[in-house]
Amino acid sequence: MKFGRMKSHRRNRLLIIVFIVCAAAGATTFALFALNENINLFYSPEQIVKGEAPVGKTIRAGGMVLDGSVIRSEEGLGVSFVVSDLKSAQVKVEFEGILPDMFREGQGVIALGQLTDKGVFVAEEVLAKHDENYMPPEVADALKDVNQPSANTLNKANYN
Amino acid sequence: MIPELGHFSLILALGLSVALAVLPALGVYRRDALLMQTGPSIATGLFVLLAFSFGCLMYSFIQDDFSVAYVANNSNSALPLQYKISAVWGAHEGSFLLWTLIASGWTLAVAAFSRGLTFDMKARVLSVLGLLCAGFASFLLFTSNPFDRNLPFHPADGGDLNPLLQDFGLIVHPPMLYMGYVGFAVPFALAIATLTTGRLDAAWARWSRPWTNAAWAFLTVGITLGSWWAYYELGWGGWWFWDAVENASFMPWLMGIALIHSLAASEKRGVFKSWTVLLAISTFSLSLLGAFLVRSGVLTSVHAFAVDPTRGIFILMFLVLVIGGSLTLYAWKASGIKSEAQFEWNSREAMLLINNLLLVVATASVLLGTLYPLLYEVITDGKKISVGPPYFNRVFVPIVCLLFIAMAVSPFSRWRRTSGDVLLRQHWPFLLATPVIICLVTYVVATGIDVIAIGVETLAVWILVLLARHWWQAGSISSASQLGMMLAHAGIAVAILGVIVTITYSEGRDVRMNPGESIALAGYDITFEGVQKVRGPNYLADQAEFNVTRDGEFVAKLRPEKRVYSVGQNVMTEADMDPGLMRDVYVALGEKVGDTAWAVRVHVKPFVRWIWLGGLLVALGGFVTLLDKRYRRVRELVSNNVVGTAA
Repeated sequence: MKFGRMKSHRRNRLLIIVFIVCAAAGATTFALFALNENINLFYSPEQIVKGEAPVGKTIRAGGMVLDGSVIRSEEGLGVSFVVSDLKSAQVKVEFEGILPDMFREGQGVIALGQLTDKGVFVAEEVLAKHDENYMPPEVADALKDVNQPSANTLNKANYN
Repeated sequence: MIPELGHFSLILALGLSVALAVLPALGVYRRDALLMQTGPSIATGLFVLLAFSFGCLMYSFIQDDFSVAYVANNSNSALPLQYKISAVWGAHEGSFLLWTLIASGWTLAVAAFSRGLTFDMKARVLSVLGLLCAGFASFLLFTSNPFDRNLPFHPADGGDLNPLLQDFGLIVHPPMLYMGYVGFAVPFALAIATLTTGRLDAAWARWSRPWTNAAWAFLTVGITLGSWWAYYELGWGGWWFWDAVENASFMPWLMGIALIHSLAASEKRGVFKSWTVLLAISTFSLSLLGAFLVRSGVLTSVHAFAVDPTRGIFILMFLVLVIGGSLTLYAWKASGIKSEAQFEWNSREAMLLINNLLLVVATASVLLGTLYPLLYEVITDGKKISVGPPYFNRVFVPIVCLLFIAMAVSPFSRWRRTSGDVLLRQHWPFLLATPVIICLVTYVVATGIDVIAIGVETLAVWILVLLARHWWQAGSISSASQLGMMLAHAGIAVAILGVIVTITYSEGRDVRMNPGESIALAGYDITFEGVQKVRGPNYLADQAEFNVTRDGEFVAKLRPEKRVYSVGQNVMTEADMDPGLMRDVYVALGEKVGDTAWAVRVHVKPFVRWIWLGGLLVALGGFVTLLDKRYRRVRELVSNNVVGTAA
């Protein structure tokens, strides 16, 4: 009687462990697959101009919105603007929809979308930050070599 | 003068928290009853000092003392009073002071409401909490002092509070969230204290349960409020974004559910004990990880505070110490812990095991998605990626659907073993009937049929119907715990219904509109009447007027605004909506896109309120369990040292 109980107890434990291992392995595989399909790489304007960014794949692009580059269409909600790294690289972005409140010329933005073979970036989503001093880290990196206050110094100034 | 007093009392608080960490523990070590009893009085002193310090900061805000750097950066003389008060926790330094204050509040609560704990345990628990408070207070003092001065040249007026935060949401959302985050320190401290004694008994699980439930209920309120705030203030109608910082609060919440259920099994049946301890450690660790993610600036997020590397490194070190220390202790002591009872595969214990596994896997999937951008950057030497909502939807949703199935069945399972009858014979009519009913309803409501939506709706209704039947059969509910459980489960079902109906049947469009134009959406006609200028206390706004009708009958007048705040020239969208239990009509004003034309976003969102009503119901359930008489009665038993393994 006692022996039998021991056995079932051990069997139970083994079953639990096998179950957990299988479930964990399955979940991990599934998660990694899903992850692989749903990550969006960031490309700076320079990389896009150089042709390093893939065409027709969802990626993120970002930089400063060039002064005077925002053009709205006469009909609908179409808008286009140019993001640059404030050096030589410039990429035209087209977007259909409502831009975020903090979107302004001379402001750092990140766009999620696809690059066409003509080198125009068609955005599904445009992100700008809700804090005037905040610079997306990606954009700060893309602007790194330019003589511009970086995200860190801006924020330090805010908190000095 | 006042800020200096606040600063000084913060320094004293650090001293006291170190004393709280050391003295009772020393008392335990030396078996000195006098030292062991110092805990409660030190905890009281700690709370008073921190509350005073917090009060000083609030006074500086109300008095517009712009010589204090933190006030100057986050307030303005034109700011309405209620926002001056909530601005105290509107940015990093002040919000962490609130965090520390709440930590000391929980510590005081443990000291006051734990007469049932043995002398020895109480001393150990308070020591662990004192250690945590010392960590928080030194973080405040050494990296983020809110009382730093701008002297001698201080600005004449402040830089204003971020307009996004000038809202009722900021007043309530962070305090509730922090109550939850920090509240998980109590079960953590109980687990650590129990590990140091080497004895994990039913009493330990019983002590932990009300504290865990309370912390988790607060966190639920916090997350629900956050989602609601996002919906009307910054989300343009969205209510969950899988944003890194939302995830940071969501992970301890999920782990907290696992902990709550596992504690029940540990208490009632003496199973999963070492597992439960591990969950208590993980839940609090995830809270700390959340703090790290928000405050270090390592992740891109709408919530991220300003980036300062020293802060990130400090929290990271604290995190490593807490997690590393507690896991080392766990590895050292937990091997001696044995579960006493066995159970069958159809028992309630097995159900709880499934619940725990699914919740841990769900948490892990969220953790992976949240931290993957960081890992990727390290592995690939600086390549930046983001993980989008599709990942979370693909991975998280199936796991949670499995969880709901278990949730529908498990409340009716029995401890040790459940006979087949209970599960099948009693439930088959509902299994059959609910899909049929839902199909009919869906067919009537919408023209198209969405299979997944029907499946999930069925589940939710099934959960609700079973709960209602259980309620009705039982006649009266036997305990507050049971009532709380039923409320919480019903709340989850309500929230699921809200989520799935909103996702599936919402209609929304971004359009360009001239005054006089109208748009038809989901049976409503929304007419743009025009825009006028409005002046608020510290902003100027373009206020639009929309007339909403249905079949020619008047429904509502909506007045969304586009505000420009005078100090920072920040632009803010104030959406307007006609809320309702069955649907929200939502209008937000974009930018001016032509001479008279505006970009407009319109939504009709059925059942969206159910998400937050469900959340509040869940939290209510959590709070109701605290009223259970058992926790009080057990305290008396414990104090007489007669508690055994009785369940």
